[in-house]
Amino acid sequence: MELLSCDVLVVGGGGAGLRAAIAAVEADPSQSVAVISKVYPMRSHTVSAEGGAAAVIKGADSLDDHAYDTISGGDWLSDQDAVEAFVREAPQEMVRVEHWGCPWSRDPDGHIAVRPFGGMKVERTWFAADKTGFHMLHALFQTSLKYEGIRRFDECFVTGLLVDDGRCQGVVAIEIATGKVLAIAAKAVILCTGGCGKVFPFTTNANIKNGDGMALAYRAGAPLKDMEFVQYHPTGLPFTGILITEAARSEGGWLLNKDGYRYLQDYDLGKPEHRPVLRSMELGPRDRLSQAFVKEQEKGRTFSGPYGDYVHLDVRHLGANVIDKKIPFVRELCLKYQNIDPVREMIPVRPVVHYMMGGISTDIHGATPLPGLYAAGEAACVSINGANRLGSNSLTELLVFGARAGRSAVAFAAGQKLPGPALGALAHDEEVRLHGTFRRSRGGERVATLRAEMQKATEESAGIYRSEGLLKKGAETLGKLQERFSHLSLEDQSYTFNTELTAAQELSFMLDVAEAIVHSALARRESRGSHQRTDYPARDDEKFLRHSLAFRSASGPPRIEYLPVTITRWPPGRRVYGKSA
Amino acid sequence: MSEPVHYTPFHPRWHRKRVSVWWWLKKGSYALFVLRELTSVFVALLALLCLWQVRAVMQGPVAYVELLAWMRTPFFLGLNAVSLLFVLFHAVTWFNLAPKAMVVRVRGKRVPDWAVAGSNYLAWVVLSAAVAFLLMRA
Amino acid sequence: MSAATVTLEVARYRPEREASPCFEAYEVPLRNDWTVLDALNHIKDTADGSLSFRWSCRMGVCGSCGMKVNGEPKLTCGTFLSDCLPGPIRVEPLDYFPVIRDLVVDITDFMKKLRKVKPWIIRKQEKPTSQGEYLQTPDQLDAYKPFSMCINCLLCYSACPIYGLEPSFIGPAALALAQRYNQDSRDEGSAERLGIVSEHDGIWQCTFVGECSKVCPKNVDPAGAIQQYKLTVAARWFRSLLLPKGAH
Repeated sequence: MELLSCDVLVVGGGGAGLRAAIAAVEADPSQSVAVISKVYPMRSHTVSAEGGAAAVIKGADSLDDHAYDTISGGDWLSDQDAVEAFVREAPQEMVRVEHWGCPWSRDPDGHIAVRPFGGMKVERTWFAADKTGFHMLHALFQTSLKYEGIRRFDECFVTGLLVDDGRCQGVVAIEIATGKVLAIAAKAVILCTGGCGKVFPFTTNANIKNGDGMALAYRAGAPLKDMEFVQYHPTGLPFTGILITEAARSEGGWLLNKDGYRYLQDYDLGKPEHRPVLRSMELGPRDRLSQAFVKEQEKGRTFSGPYGDYVHLDVRHLGANVIDKKIPFVRELCLKYQNIDPVREMIPVRPVVHYMMGGISTDIHGATPLPGLYAAGEAACVSINGANRLGSNSLTELLVFGARAGRSAVAFAAGQKLPGPALGALAHDEEVRLHGTFRRSRGGERVATLRAEMQKATEESAGIYRSEGLLKKGAETLGKLQERFSHLSLEDQSYTFNTELTAAQELSFMLDVAEAIVHSALARRESRGSHQRTDYPARDDEKFLRHSLAFRSASGPPRIEYLPVTITRWPPGRRVYGKSA
Repeated sequence: MSEPVHYTPFHPRWHRKRVSVWWWLKKGSYALFVLRELTSVFVALLALLCLWQVRAVMQGPVAYVELLAWMRTPFFLGLNAVSLLFVLFHAVTWFNLAPKAMVVRVRGKRVPDWAVAGSNYLAWVVLSAAVAFLLMRA
Repeated sequence: MSAATVTLEVARYRPEREASPCFEAYEVPLRNDWTVLDALNHIKDTADGSLSFRWSCRMGVCGSCGMKVNGEPKLTCGTFLSDCLPGPIRVEPLDYFPVIRDLVVDITDFMKKLRKVKPWIIRKQEKPTSQGEYLQTPDQLDAYKPFSMCINCLLCYSACPIYGLEPSFIGPAALALAQRYNQDSRDEGSAERLGIVSEHDGIWQCTFVGECSKVCPKNVDPAGAIQQYKLTVAARWFRSLLLPKGAH
């Protein structure tokens, strides 16, 4: 085992992680900052984001408008002080990443261009063609290279946090290429490991989104907030789950059912117009669109395919010029993965899991209740997204809260001494645990089998529509799968780049996260945003205008507690779309 | 599995495949690339021949006639034919690749590749025609 | 009637038990919407859990899954099995990088070169963010846009014989990225990068084989970037020769 140390350790090298590292090293160049990631940073899932990032820059827009759209979009579960800070800092953060080279699309006069996006009353979504996440990530990564003070541990898999003296004091990781165990002591740790889409079977998320950081924090005693809020993106390709960006709808695409009918007009989302209307029809919020799909499915008005049911997204009327200029990636994806040309044919789409509103509970500075532990990005839940995230808020969130967490971590680390020798003993314990979990053959269970069963259980119990019976069944299945995990045997016992071992560790994390999701959903007996209960179809502000906190218990299901939502200037109202709001 | 496998921790032994000296035969495009590079030899050869002719002219009509006789030998005719093919190949590949290196912008939009290559070909044809005309007249 | 299958010949290398790579054959269902990556995952999940390979986004944007399929560098997530028929389909790791294990190569060399060319905006004077964005017209954006599309998949390095013969060559992707910043109207660092790329291992080592641009899945055209770079550098050299005092 190798023992290393640094002042601030960022786990995860995506948008939030890189922004946090840069913020940390700029806030205090005397501190040593390290970024540890299980993949090379440019492979992080930020790279797949397509649509755009929201920030107020045009004259007709205002911070209050952005805040209101975010809060109402979140069905009033967003912490309003966090949202106010978010919309206020967003424009400068976005300009900063432009200064760092991000090739934002422009108006003819050279200013940043914005486009409409679902749930936003005013156009405020900045975009870099339809590869915004890709360009932002590469701009951040390439800029991070210029700081000598940022050290990187590429392809090192963090398996556990080291907690001593009531403080998070470092991590234990496996250097994937050699199988060597590293113990890295740090005065502050920032978790930026992204979401957990792979807990579900159909997801836009990449293979690496397993909720690693969420499980790490959970196991260290930090609570997971609002885990029941899972966002389904209404337009993903069947089979692969690849995202067809919201931009295809904001540019004017239509959602049609089996009869060629724009069915959204039946679900209180406005009247169908030829041009897209903000907050109406296809530009309504994602949760309402996904729910409309399920209702159409129940009515038998969706198509039936080899990989599940689907509807059609029609962009043919936009013409080849607009498609190639504004949404070229959509055309490329459809041609390459489904052999369909959107210029001439309709795209088959269905709702797929896309984003996790829930995550590690943090305050508006990125700090978790565990001293020394911070979190930012999709892995964290501040919460600004509440019960449903508006498209294009996530990329901006990475920058704003990544920077905040970086600065907070540095301020905390400045007042700390490096961990003592007790840490070495803890690290050794973790190494022994790893050996015991993966290197002793204890049964015949396979990673792939358990993973598939877990995904089936979460989809059936914690899908778009939930009920007590199904959730309880899901919780039971997950409990059994946890037990079966202890009988896992790995075919691959080597040390060199053992991806079966990393997959098994990811499965272990996912089981914990899945349990948190299902039990949080069971406890929330109301419907709000993306959490819809058929047995409790109404929103209940009296009992549930609160965040759920899932704490890990020594054995059995997590303990669920509640935290009130911070309301400042916008008292809870009704979410209204499709009419002049 | 026949023999027992013995795993040791931290046993990195990266494998580096050696590049064969015949790498350029592995793919058609690699072979074409090497031929394209070889054209430089024949271009140099023709340049030398040109200089030789100039030298022969300077030495007087006898030397010049001798040179011309030598150039009519089968060996030389063969060499010249091969050189001509290589030089044509050189010109064609050069003109086709020129648009990659020369980015011409007219009113902000990039001039398409076929236009850049095409204008090179056109200039070639025009200049060759002009030279041929001068030679035929004399 | 049994469903259609295809054979995959996959390169294996387990340094802890064998001295050099070998091939193993697997029978995989032939579905018309399955890519080579789907086939590899099927092998890992059902036949041999010890097969190691990199992948993540499965939509051609993260650049993890570059491998050689039937001798050509490809992104396995975007290569359909049906396009590689008839079998057996040969899957190998990328060329010219050391192989760590099975289909995984060591890309540390590229990461060093990426950093070497200073791929970030260099300015004498930074504008404070409160003053807003640097203006850039759509035409100015088009000047460098193709070069900014690189996903660092390294297929170009695997196709470049020069990189194979001279491992110190900076390589197509890194040089294209340097050019991306040179052409960015907001950048003022082309002089600084010049010294680095006009060294022996930089642009002048490229002999315009052109294979890199052929295999690039994102149409970055690194070969074009390097040749344009050569022209710029040569022009600058001539200018400095003719106007030694007023070159810029």
